Amino acid sequence: MIQTFFNVEIIAASWPIVVAGLLNTVLLSLIVVPLGLFGGLILALLASVRHPAVRWPLMVWVDFFRAFPPLVLLILLFAGLPFAGLDLGGFACVAIAFFLNTGSYYGEIFRAGIESVPAGQVEAGRSTGLSRLQAMRYIVLPQAVRNVLPDLLSNTLEVVKLTSLGSVVAVPELLYQARQAQSLTYNPTPIVVAAVIYFLMLWPLVRLLSRLENRALAGRR
Amino acid sequence: MTTWDRFVDTFFNGKVMLKYLPDILWGVVVTIELAVLIVLSGLAAGLALALLRSLAIRPLNWLIIFIVDLFRSLPPLVIIVLMYFGLPYAEVSPSGFVSTWLSLAFVLMAFSEEIFWAGITSVHKGQWEASRSTGLSFGQTLMNVVLPQALRLTIPPLTNRTIAITKGTALGTVVAVSEILGAASSAMSNSYNPSPLMMGAAAYLVLFLPVVILARRLERRFAWKK
Repeated sequence: MIQTFFNVEIIAASWPIVVAGLLNTVLLSLIVVPLGLFGGLILALLASVRHPAVRWPLMVWVDFFRAFPPLVLLILLFAGLPFAGLDLGGFACVAIAFFLNTGSYYGEIFRAGIESVPAGQVEAGRSTGLSRLQAMRYIVLPQAVRNVLPDLLSNTLEVVKLTSLGSVVAVPELLYQARQAQSLTYNPTPIVVAAVIYFLMLWPLVRLLSRLENRALAGRR
Repeated sequence: MTTWDRFVDTFFNGKVMLKYLPDILWGVVVTIELAVLIVLSGLAAGLALALLRSLAIRPLNWLIIFIVDLFRSLPPLVIIVLMYFGLPYAEVSPSGFVSTWLSLAFVLMAFSEEIFWAGITSVHKGQWEASRSTGLSFGQTLMNVVLPQALRLTIPPLTNRTIAITKGTALGTVVAVSEILGAASSAMSNSYNPSPLMMGAAAYLVLFLPVVILARRLERRFAWKK
């Protein structure tokens, strides 16, 4: 059993391939997480304009991209767009799909955070002479982010896990590289190794989140 | 032919759409089957684990926490791939459908255990003690006093998580399950035309948009009072 699923020789042989994948997963995460945060922040800031002409299209946009499974969005871009003469390549498709999908999730979280700050604070800020943007920047956002920090972290965990979808469009991230190594060695060890790496990489975050969530739910009664 | 006509002919080709409509509809059936199986088995297993955990048996709880953490930190696609491509080396060959179902059910189990457990612990200790002192057994207290309060609290986070994991059924495509995306992809490569993919995308919207909107309402209805 150990010979099959955790073969030391195969670990040694496939190590460079797997590590290259790990580096790409980290790199991909470092690109798509800020991209999603940025997209979400813009959505939430737009949503704070309480005009129905802004609010409704935003809600449609957010629900639209939350209803699509991320993989469907990715395939749509990767396999559909070339028919319109637009071949972006796997990496760009992942970046765009994530921007649309995770941006919508981050947007909902930021919006909840902004709404959690009492309106009186903005009014107080405005009355001392701060502009709308300044009030948002210095009074609302810092508190909003603190209030929804567990949700932001939880979504970030999901985004990092989602980077494994890159393997479907041949982005050489951890899962893709592990599958390559598996088909080269005729042995499942590289995939097991990849799973162990994901677990070790994300476990601390899961532990932290589990504490934060327990406290949040218990404190909200 | 104008550009617009060419666009419509490529992405919304009537002939192709009509031809592959049955395939896509069949994909919808498979997606719904998968989703129902995942939700039922995942939530049941999650609740069972949370109840087991409330018995407060130390070594058992460590095991539960480890399992929950494991399935929360592994990407669902990695679990599916491991089952479908890995297990056959141990002479067990689950089909793509079973791999997708079990993997996502495990993930939902982990997330829902966490939420159920948070709900259970949120009920004040005094209520346990009060119920027990009136002569209710441990089981009665759990069923009649704690769970009704705990479950109400878990509805919003549970709904969101369940939807997110159910959307993962699309991952089945990777292991050759012909759910919506799988059916659409193979129809696309058979017809050299992206119209089936557009149909598949529309099918996802029809399935999930109502659920997302419903969840938004539920969230407001059961919102935590601050």
